[in-house]
Amino acid sequence: MPRHTFILNGRRVHVECPGDVRLLWVLRDLLGIHGPKYGCGLDVCKACTSHINGKAFNPCSVPVSQIRPSDEITTIEGLAGSVGKALHPMQEAWIEHDVAQCGYCQPGQIMAAVALVKEAKAAGRDVSDAELDTLRNICRCGTYARIREAVKSAAAQM
Amino acid sequence: MSKRTTSGGMRAGEDPAQLAGAGEAVGAAGGDHVTRRRFIGYLIAAPTVVAGSQLLAEPAMAAIPTHQPVDNYDLTDMLTEAAMPTSQLITVVVNRDGTVSFDLPRSENGQGITTAVAMLIADEMDVPLDTVRITLADARPELVWNQLTGGSNSMHSLFTPVRVAAAIARGQLLSAASALLGGPPSQYTIHDGVITGAGGRTASVAELAARGAVSSSRRVAVALKSSSQFRLIGTPQRRIDAHEIVTGQKVFAMDLEIRGALPTMVCRPPTINGSARAIRNLQTVRRMPGVTDVAIIPHTRFVAGGVAVRARTFGQCIDAIRALDVTWGPGTAEGKSDASVLAELHAAELPLTPAPVGAKTLQQRFTFYFRPGDPLETNCAIADVGAGRAEVWSALQSPIWAQEQLAQMLALPVGSVKVHVTQGGGAFGRHLFSDAAFEAAAISKAMRKPVKLMWHRTDNFRQGRVHPMATSLVRIAYSGANVVGFDQRHTSVATDFTHGLGELISAMLGSQPHGDLGYSQTYFNLTVNVPYNFGPVTQLLNEIYEPGVFNTSSVRNVYNPDVTTATELIVDRVAKAMGHDPYKFRRAFVRDARMLAVLDKAAKVGRWGRPMPAGTAQGLAIHNEYKGRSACLVEIDCRPAVVNRVVRDGYTGPRVTKVVLVVDAGLPINPLGLEAQMMGGAMDGIAQALTYSLHLRDGHYLEGSWDNAYYTREWNVPAKVEVIVMPPTTSQPGGAGEMGVPASMAAVACAYARATGTLPTSFPINHDRPLGFTPYPTVPPVPQSPTNGLKEAF
Repeated sequence: MPRHTFILNGRRVHVECPGDVRLLWVLRDLLGIHGPKYGCGLDVCKACTSHINGKAFNPCSVPVSQIRPSDEITTIEGLAGSVGKALHPMQEAWIEHDVAQCGYCQPGQIMAAVALVKEAKAAGRDVSDAELDTLRNICRCGTYARIREAVKSAAAQM
Repeated sequence: MSKRTTSGGMRAGEDPAQLAGAGEAVGAAGGDHVTRRRFIGYLIAAPTVVAGSQLLAEPAMAAIPTHQPVDNYDLTDMLTEAAMPTSQLITVVVNRDGTVSFDLPRSENGQGITTAVAMLIADEMDVPLDTVRITLADARPELVWNQLTGGSNSMHSLFTPVRVAAAIARGQLLSAASALLGGPPSQYTIHDGVITGAGGRTASVAELAARGAVSSSRRVAVALKSSSQFRLIGTPQRRIDAHEIVTGQKVFAMDLEIRGALPTMVCRPPTINGSARAIRNLQTVRRMPGVTDVAIIPHTRFVAGGVAVRARTFGQCIDAIRALDVTWGPGTAEGKSDASVLAELHAAELPLTPAPVGAKTLQQRFTFYFRPGDPLETNCAIADVGAGRAEVWSALQSPIWAQEQLAQMLALPVGSVKVHVTQGGGAFGRHLFSDAAFEAAAISKAMRKPVKLMWHRTDNFRQGRVHPMATSLVRIAYSGANVVGFDQRHTSVATDFTHGLGELISAMLGSQPHGDLGYSQTYFNLTVNVPYNFGPVTQLLNEIYEPGVFNTSSVRNVYNPDVTTATELIVDRVAKAMGHDPYKFRRAFVRDARMLAVLDKAAKVGRWGRPMPAGTAQGLAIHNEYKGRSACLVEIDCRPAVVNRVVRDGYTGPRVTKVVLVVDAGLPINPLGLEAQMMGGAMDGIAQALTYSLHLRDGHYLEGSWDNAYYTREWNVPAKVEVIVMPPTTSQPGGAGEMGVPASMAAVACAYARATGTLPTSFPINHDRPLGFTPYPTVPPVPQSPTNGLKEAF
């Protein structure tokens, strides 16, 4: 059985499984990391959004064999730790704006929002409404309007 | 459980009728604007303070007017009365660590009832909100009709029982304090969880929890706080699980680690409700990596079925499903398509009554296509069925029925089936049925192993429960300055109500031949209405097909989004025909002051009538349900630059640019949670009016992912969404979970009609346009996950 290793939320992990198993199942079924949610397995709903080396991606669509030993995977569980705080500013903004309803999509929403803001900041601009329009994450509770408010206010703190 | 004493306990009130248990409550002197009433409850024998409440139903209204039944008695009344007889069985528990816990006999799927119930308890007991712990109760069959989450009824039915239990617990803490520290209980007060007596002596809730325990249960009388004494009720409070959610710690069914419960999925048939007959490559699939079990699961009334695969990971289940070579039997809707169902709906339409003599009429039939009832969390459940026992975990809106039906399915005594209700990732009515729980149990029984069953997203769209396709014929008659009659003939594929009132007996009634019709007619008559003074009104429902031909369920607000959209479009038309502005027309005809208030508020805040460019417009609609009133004003942009926006694999179309949604929910418990519900309802309304549906072709739906079924996405979210919660208008909370949908859907439809100068007659508006996606194949039934995710990283 192939053996895979990478850094998950700051800790090195090892896992044995066929290389074509998508990272989402490695995280959820084999490593017990449940923050990234299954919503489609098609890279459409974005509920599993996590970070690889600081960039947002969807582990449902990445075979574990593509993950290198040096890759740093951050899930919602490791987001606050990645900035050395109890809560990331995006999580604080989420609480402040009472964004969540059922909460199922929210880990993915937060992870996508953090990457969007970082991307905008790296380009030296604020997140615009047009950029918020590009977020593809589905929220069936319809929390979108509060997500937009929270992202904007978190951006000011990041 | 509670041992009731009929003598020797505290007796309530002075009214002999009260002592005989005939009344719910008696009025007591009080200067508050809401009269304080006394209630009967129980102190229950337990190691710490445990209090329950008892409420007896008032007799039902004797006469129900036939023209608009909801005026006197609506679904909210029915569900609350059904819950009342067992309300003494729900208890507030004070724990030795100073926390207060409540095992909520309802399902939380994001609607915010855990937060709202915690507020009721904290407010009545005067303890801090963050010391109240709300868990979801396992199925408790003794609750009968009091563990159904539906009809937007939770807060209405729990409002008084929960506060009675909390008030009794509070009183007992005061008694315990007086026993501990001396002086009469009346000298003690609780503030923020600290009990203080004369001379400033204090004790904590933790110190008193065990001291307040009673050794035998007894009835007690209690007065509830008046509305002027509320500290938390009516104030905006954030969700009690917000921290868990944003840190990824909130536990849903698929996050549970149950020993031996390996990932399990089902290879499903190519058409709706087909059955697996044979597996041609069983041995090959059994040998695939990670696969432990493969089994045919027959399709039944309760189990969707197909070929179940259990494996080490869900990814390996998907691989196995795609490899399976299965002989399929026919489904239940073979050959049916949108057009054939529409023809059958037309044939089943009930005739209109003759129009009033001499009146002019406007008449229009509207079509509402099938649309998904999908939450983001797909159908899922964990089941462990062993010899003589079974245990199931799932997000269930009708857990008692699930338990009783499972007992029947598995030939076990009800007491040998444990049903745990997990937090749900959305429900919207889908989990009134227990599809995943039943299927997981069937698979676990067949494999003799615990299973963690999850439906694929494509399964959820193609085999899951949907909002039924319907037509709504409306005719409005007017003469001079008056509307003199309104008739509506709603014709629908049957909505499945065979879960009954959430337990087995009422479910079985619904499952009898034509039994479901009894429920659907009742539900229709207790919910639909025309909120205008339009003279004689008839609104009639006819349904086609028995439940089980299509998999349907109540989907958020059931009939009313469609009924209201049809009504409001024709209202705009008659207003125009009579030469009136849509807002002024509605003002002139609304039936009550509460409706007028929300309508005026929406028009004022939304600046009704402001000048707008060609191709853009405002729309206005109102709705009355769940003891509440709502009005919605939207603005829509239908100009080419907006409509023709290009989003990869997404549908754009017209964009709603502003939503003002005003809600009068009677007594709002948590305005912040209410706002969230309304915003979400508006996102549904936008989707249902413009984009969100399923295309039925040859016995199956074409949609298989969220890039096919166009629920509202960020690129179609309005720049401005404003929800206004009206100050309390009554002393009881109305329903909130579904209230945002109908007025917003109708307002979007009206705005679209005004912006484009057309009358849209089928919904969603884009449904009849060419498909914007290439449908996934039906064999294999699920697409493979992509492998290029790293290229998409940003």
